[in-house]
Amino acid sequence: MRLQLRLSNIRKSYRNVSVLIDCTYNFDNTGVYVIMGKNGSGKSTLLRIAALLESPNYGSVEYYINGVLQRTDIQLKRRITIVLPKIGVFNTSVYTNVAFGLKIRGLRGKELDERVRDVLSFVGLHHKIKQNALTLSSGETQRLGIARAIAINPAFLFLDEPTSFIDEENTKVIEDIILQLKDDKKSTIIMTTHDKNQAERLGDFILLLNKGMLFPGDKQAQNTLFSSSYLENI
Amino acid sequence: MIGDIVERAVHLILNGDRELFGIIALSLQVSGSALIISSVLAIPLATIIGLSKFHLNSFLVNVMNTFMGLPPVVVGLILYILLSRNGVLGFLGLLYTPTAMIIAQSILAFPIVVSLCHTAIVGIDPVIKQAAEALGATRFQTALLVIREARYGILSAIIAALGRLMSEVGAILIVGGNIAGYTRVMTTTIAMEADKGNFEMAVALGLILLLISMVINLLLQRVQTKKMKSTAL
Repeated sequence: MRLQLRLSNIRKSYRNVSVLIDCTYNFDNTGVYVIMGKNGSGKSTLLRIAALLESPNYGSVEYYINGVLQRTDIQLKRRITIVLPKIGVFNTSVYTNVAFGLKIRGLRGKELDERVRDVLSFVGLHHKIKQNALTLSSGETQRLGIARAIAINPAFLFLDEPTSFIDEENTKVIEDIILQLKDDKKSTIIMTTHDKNQAERLGDFILLLNKGMLFPGDKQAQNTLFSSSYLENI
Repeated sequence: MIGDIVERAVHLILNGDRELFGIIALSLQVSGSALIISSVLAIPLATIIGLSKFHLNSFLVNVMNTFMGLPPVVVGLILYILLSRNGVLGFLGLLYTPTAMIIAQSILAFPIVVSLCHTAIVGIDPVIKQAAEALGATRFQTALLVIREARYGILSAIIAALGRLMSEVGAILIVGGNIAGYTRVMTTTIAMEADKGNFEMAVALGLILLLISMVINLLLQRVQTKKMKSTAL
């Protein structure tokens, strides 16, 4: 019943400026995929397209279960989610923020309450449960975003620069969260970062996005790339 | 003179003049009903305009902004023509009834609520909408969330519209007819008492109306400070 993602020949441009030229990759395994690339290389765009938040100009985003193509409907969309760099905090309590994704799936009462509390404990925000979410620090806000996303048990979790704008301490907390999710092996995590050390710490698979194209490679190949300071030159 | 007027107003309120309370109650009933009707229609429309990308949207917003300044007498007159015995809607027999007054005021409030709610809704960060979609919300669920996020702005819009309705006289005078005990409200009474040269009474009523408006404004202020607090953080 594992969900798999296949990106084929993804092309995207904004006002005639090509952002993605030809991205093809199969995300078949659970674990953490890290997409690396410079600012403006199109990492966010690729993630938003893969998460079905945007459509490509050309190419296809296909999700499969046991080789069977899934229809892109609300059922499929509800199995994948993305945490954006600006997570979009709802002007209400931390609790209600996390409950949103569950409530719209019809969860109510004790089940809902337990799930929200579990997830908030998991990201270390249980003591802020009643606080208005807009009053959280940026690190806590990012954790709230992740809590909101994992509350719904996504098969695919996209994290767009999850630690870009936060301090070291919170970065560590978030990396630990990602590592725990990785150990659970329940979901496929696809994240972007421009921190190569972070990519090494977290990633099972590392991909490079350069000049609108996606370059896959195994970890060993990546290490060679890193050691030859390939990244600095692209 | 001023002392007399205030005394009269206090006297009117304290003595519990039945007719006066009837007039105040009808004012609140007509304006309140009109407000509910217009809000129920206007908030969904404002949300649709605010969240969708139809070509007609900016045109509609323009029309609503223009209609915000619709002269009440003109609305009253057009409705009068439609509802009069020979009018298109004459068969309904609504002229000179509270229902006609509610219709007139609903028309007046509608563009105000649409326009101000639209402003509140487009003011919500698009990231909120994307977050809702990313969490698996349907378009309807996303719209409900955006309405909830815009709640302070929407409430301000409703209170602003109520202020306009409570102080409105032109439209309800024409379609209501200021019939004692049936369609007589605060503003039409004031107009009538002033006509009769009964200035003390007119001003006393005016004071009471002002008091009601003040309560409405206090409410508005509270909502807005709450909004400022919530966005400042």
